Amino acid sequence: MGGGTSSYREIEETDCILLWGSNARETHPIFFHHLLTGVKRGARLFTIDPRRTSSAQWADVWAGLDVGTDIALAHTMAREIIVAGLAHNEFIREATTGFDAFKASVLPWTLERGEQATGVPAGVIREMAHAFATAPRAMICWTLGITEHHNAVDNVLSLINLALLTGHVGRWGSGINPLRGQNNVQGGGDMGALPDRLPGFQHVENDAVRARFDRAWGVTVPPVRGWHLSGMFEAMGRGDLTALYVIGENPAQSEADQHHAEALLAGLDILVVQDVMRTATAELADVVLPAAAGAFESEGTVTSSERRVQRVRRTKAPLGESREDLAIIVDLARRMGAAWPATDAEGIWNELRALSPVHGGMSYARLAAGGLQWPCYDETHPGEAFLHGRLWERPVRGPRAPFSIVEHALPVEALDAEYPFRLTTGRRLEEYNTGVQTGPYASPVRRGETIDVSPEDAARLGVVEGQRVRVRSRRGSVVAPVHIDAALRPGLTFMTFHFPDEVATNHLTIDAIDPKSGTAEFKAAAVRIDALDA
Amino acid sequence: MSQHDAIWFSLPPRATALPEAPPAPPRATVTVTVDGASVDVPEGATLLDACRAAGKDVPTLCYLETLTPVNACRVCVVEVAGARVLAPACSRKAEAGMQVQTNSPRVRTSRKVVLELLASSVDLSTADELTPLLAEYGADPGRFGAAAATVAQPVKDDNDLYVRDYSKCVLCYKCVEACGTDAQNTFAIAVAGRGFHAHISTELDVPLPESACVYCGNCIAVCPTGALMAKPEFTLRQAGQWAPERQTAVDTICPYCGVGCTLTAHVQDDRIVKVTSPFENGVTRGNLCVKGRFGFEYVNEPEAGD
Amino acid sequence: MDIHVVGPEANADERAAVDALLGAPSTGWDGGDRDIARDGRSSRGGRPAAIAQRHLLLPAFHAVQDRVGWVSRGAMNYICQRLIVPPAEAWGVLTFYHLFATGPRAAAVVHVCDDIACRARGAESLCASLAEALGPEGTAPDGRGTTWMRSPCLGQCERAPAALVVRAGAPASRAVVAPVSGTDALTRALEASSGHLTESLAELRAIVPQAGQPGLTLLRRVGLVDPASLEAYRAAGGYTALARALELGPAGIIAEVTAAKLMGRGGAAFPTGVKWAAVAAEPAEPHYVVCNADESEPGTFKDRVLMAGDPFAIIEAMTICGIATRSTRGFLYVRGEYPDAEVRIAQAAAAARAAGLLGDDVCGSGYAFDLEIRRGAGAYICGEETALFNSLEGKRGEPRSKPPFPSQAGVFGKPTVVNNVETLANVLPILTEGAAAWAATGTASSTGTRLFCVSGHVTRPGLYELPFGVTLGEVLTRAGGVAGGRDLQAILLGGAAGMFVGPESLDLRLTFEDTRAAGLTLGSGVVMVFDDTTDLADVLGRIAQFFEDESCGQCVPCRVGTVRQRELLAQLRADAGVTARAERLAILAELGQAMRDASICGLGQTASSAVESAVARLQVFRSGSAL
Repeated sequence: MGGGTSSYREIEETDCILLWGSNARETHPIFFHHLLTGVKRGARLFTIDPRRTSSAQWADVWAGLDVGTDIALAHTMAREIIVAGLAHNEFIREATTGFDAFKASVLPWTLERGEQATGVPAGVIREMAHAFATAPRAMICWTLGITEHHNAVDNVLSLINLALLTGHVGRWGSGINPLRGQNNVQGGGDMGALPDRLPGFQHVENDAVRARFDRAWGVTVPPVRGWHLSGMFEAMGRGDLTALYVIGENPAQSEADQHHAEALLAGLDILVVQDVMRTATAELADVVLPAAAGAFESEGTVTSSERRVQRVRRTKAPLGESREDLAIIVDLARRMGAAWPATDAEGIWNELRALSPVHGGMSYARLAAGGLQWPCYDETHPGEAFLHGRLWERPVRGPRAPFSIVEHALPVEALDAEYPFRLTTGRRLEEYNTGVQTGPYASPVRRGETIDVSPEDAARLGVVEGQRVRVRSRRGSVVAPVHIDAALRPGLTFMTFHFPDEVATNHLTIDAIDPKSGTAEFKAAAVRIDALDA
Repeated sequence: MSQHDAIWFSLPPRATALPEAPPAPPRATVTVTVDGASVDVPEGATLLDACRAAGKDVPTLCYLETLTPVNACRVCVVEVAGARVLAPACSRKAEAGMQVQTNSPRVRTSRKVVLELLASSVDLSTADELTPLLAEYGADPGRFGAAAATVAQPVKDDNDLYVRDYSKCVLCYKCVEACGTDAQNTFAIAVAGRGFHAHISTELDVPLPESACVYCGNCIAVCPTGALMAKPEFTLRQAGQWAPERQTAVDTICPYCGVGCTLTAHVQDDRIVKVTSPFENGVTRGNLCVKGRFGFEYVNEPEAGD
Repeated sequence: MDIHVVGPEANADERAAVDALLGAPSTGWDGGDRDIARDGRSSRGGRPAAIAQRHLLLPAFHAVQDRVGWVSRGAMNYICQRLIVPPAEAWGVLTFYHLFATGPRAAAVVHVCDDIACRARGAESLCASLAEALGPEGTAPDGRGTTWMRSPCLGQCERAPAALVVRAGAPASRAVVAPVSGTDALTRALEASSGHLTESLAELRAIVPQAGQPGLTLLRRVGLVDPASLEAYRAAGGYTALARALELGPAGIIAEVTAAKLMGRGGAAFPTGVKWAAVAAEPAEPHYVVCNADESEPGTFKDRVLMAGDPFAIIEAMTICGIATRSTRGFLYVRGEYPDAEVRIAQAAAAARAAGLLGDDVCGSGYAFDLEIRRGAGAYICGEETALFNSLEGKRGEPRSKPPFPSQAGVFGKPTVVNNVETLANVLPILTEGAAAWAATGTASSTGTRLFCVSGHVTRPGLYELPFGVTLGEVLTRAGGVAGGRDLQAILLGGAAGMFVGPESLDLRLTFEDTRAAGLTLGSGVVMVFDDTTDLADVLGRIAQFFEDESCGQCVPCRVGTVRQRELLAQLRADAGVTARAERLAILAELGQAMRDASICGLGQTASSAVESAVARLQVFRSGSAL
């Protein structure tokens, strides 16, 4: 099952934290509270990030790797753990598969090679490896710094390898945790909004699973996986996808290589957009369906990064003619001739409970206060704080956890004389995604889009704070003011994508896609910077 | 099918033992007497816990379950037999055999005087928790005379999200704790100065936008007197339109990142006028970030002139 | 920690001052030059680093204050960067301590004591002449570079009126002038920028009228033995107690101190042996020894004299305490107004360290003990032991709630034995003479001798060492009686936190038990005498002002109560109406009860004692005499 293996409370009681490719201080502020409680109780914190972020400033040690060298770093740590005799041999023997091949694959990654590949000093890599391996409890948490790469899944697998190597999974205070960037990324996936899954994280190619859905729904579920988001855009490019129904997403501004995305959306036969706000994507739409705000004007559930299913509620009436997503979808289905019965959010939820074993015990009544963590099999089950506890049973229940062989691969777009700067993107505390929801509130810390550069690069470019520059990639160009940030080193630049109407950062980014997850490499584009007016 | 898919082609079996937190070590029981009644509390419990367990109401001001007790306000003092001075119930640990009085004449006098000292120096007009206590203890703040020194000062209205009116500050330290080690760890504010001149301050008292403040509003959430107030509430109050009796408070989940913070939306006339989070919530403990606490304007009808 | 440092940077002087304390910064992230090959790839820090360095915050502020005369935002920013302290917190600490200036100030400052003892000896007229010579308090017109400020008690009461003259620079000079014969003396002190002034043996003898007389224990070397010489100290019996302590071992030392029934001399009168035994028994590590030398109780100067006159004794006693309580590290926290004592103690510690009497292997015994001297910065409250811990930790000097007691969770949250200077000084004769012999002096419950700080309207003010059990009248007689043959009006016993007594109390035996029975306290040994010309209401006003100024502000009863007390006293002085007076006195009494009952610490609990005793025992405000 795909989800963070641990609970937030566990990070308060762990001994070592690798915060990898995540500026949780700004992007997951309340999770960071839990993390800091752990730090206060004595956990060692290591952050792995190209930038010395506000999260990194809390770290015992910050490791400033080059963008896209995460696997090299993980492999080097893995080798160090193995050769230093710090691997958890019993766990490896009893609960995993593929260790020998994995070991062979990482053995070339000496500390020296790791330093060369990542830029992180060998001593720092060694220290992190030893601290992680010898901690009684340890956790790895990551965000988009791991997943917004062309090899996102490989990056994740390399981190999972570290956890398997040290036995830091399946126990209280140890685990591997992706911090979800949006309030229902986890829930959306859990509900089947993945190309290969039915609700409950059940595989669409599993006949037994599908049979149950066929029975419940009275239709035959096709045994084929669909497209992920990037696959859809590729299909649009091929002309295989001509009609698109977008609910609560702003791909015209959130997709990498925005010019390309805009052109594809504009070329659709029909584009239907259902959203709270009139987004840039809605501007391109043939039909706009005004939706009630999910969090404040609708009933339902969302699922958090600790697999906690919680209730969202209607706190006020929707604005104007907007309606809840569920009502719109049901009406649409009826117009299309499906005889969907009248239902409400709880009715839909109970249908899910009947079909998804891990949600079976989560009645609305039980979710009312504080929610429940899946798996929660029945109404007597309290939900589970962490996953994979079975790996510590002897013999292991169910399949063993496999080590994965993955290869270090640099970002698709290399730096060269014409585009000498690495542009990486991310979020700021006070903003959210393309600013659709955050734009209307007045934030005293909002400072608009900037291209953040190191003091050294600013000097080299002859630019000062606030000076406008043209930032150009192979895909487009934008004009943005410079912000000088000591958290960056020469050659590394940073932008957000929060202000697409002012500065369309995604005109610059590259839609190099991870074939396994469909995520684009937002974290690594090559750009050049030219000063404009002084 | 990839190796990645294959592992989870079927849902994995359930673990035999429930994956949960290791059990806490058992705590011994301590027996104390509260106003003559015997009550058992776990070792490490405070006198406040004991009083509450005994069904005795002890007023508090600077105490909050989610914060480390600073026992500064002294409203919660109780009398422990044999002790030279009164004890702050909020932080004093219960010890076996303690005999506690929650309402003795000494206790009542101290509480009354403390309330008088506060009411004579601080504007308590929006301290809704505190004002009933003044009557209950017969406090007469006027007896110190009209010339009694106060902390009156101009309202600090220097940003779009909060207003700080330190004329209403009782110096309970809650905001400092929430901004500091007990929650946010931003340390934008601290107590500065000393004695009667002690006050909540940014460095050099610079305006909030020049400070480290990240506008999480966790200070507002814990402020017991209305000294710290979100702008929408302040504006409505100024206009005489703040109407708690017309408000509903409904819990939902924050629309932003994937942490899943519970938001309590306070709605008046179909507009969200305030967002809080329950202190007892295990995810937030009452804390939010700037987006969760203030990023709700997009669901409000734009006001005329917006 | 993601601290947010914005605004100006430190200038070269400020950086140099901080770097002299902390060493040069090691990376660009802590204020040094950015070396991108290093700093661009990793950094260290985080909470553990911040916690480990926080205790250096006051020393860093002192370094800048000493060098520049005030702490600018730029200097504060640099310190914050070096020590990983959020600027708002640093500001909170900086503004807590009154010796730190947060705005530009003249490099030379005359701190004039206008507290009760100096007030009785012409402090106000001194202030008036300074105002004439230098302009209004706190200003430095015409770029004169010198200003003056009023100060609470400087602990020079035996030679009032006193001033502390400070000149910023490299090095800074700090010197006490007492008694101040006139502004000329201050001018001379300001011009003599030759660093710290220490006292000659003759000057010390002037403070101790009994110097050289038989029967002295604690003061037997003061004024006779060169306080700068370890050899002289040894020749005069120094370090024999340590030798004995090493024979006895930790348990033996504690047994001896316990058998002697040594009670703490700082005011609380807690049995020292019990305290040491409690710390020794604590399993948590490490243990610390703290010597409370933040002597700030108005009227008190005994610890200053011990430190300035017999500094090795304090070092030796702390070492013995360390051995007894399994502590390897000690702190001596000396108030910032005691440059002479600080210099003597620092010299003595250095000499002891050089001689192997401090360090990893004290006298080859296998025991390790060393100590650091930390300077206070103008906060009476830091004499309260838990406030002192917070101050040592680089925080505001706000007292903590007790329990937990220092023996369980003291400085840095570790088991700590904290003793007053005079208390520690007694440990040496206890060990050299043996507990029984030592305890033969005094009474059964109040063993040994006591130092009495006699000041005010007496013929021979000074520090007296007398056995417990001596009467108040005998102390007064020792000091030559009321000066000028005037009549005695009142004696303030125990300090500003103590109580007033009238002539009827001259027969009071000065012991813990007798004073307790009389509802009084020996406090810090203050015996401040006021003759019949004294306006006691004015003295009460100054005492009330003192507590208002020195309240940390943490708890409501003290923060606001001390203000209300001062206001009520002013109303009482202004308002002659009998009914109104009775009302005010009733409010004052209730206020006093609440402050005593509900304040966090001893400051608030005793802030009304002197006032209440004056009203109750001396009928101040009840009759017309005091008005």
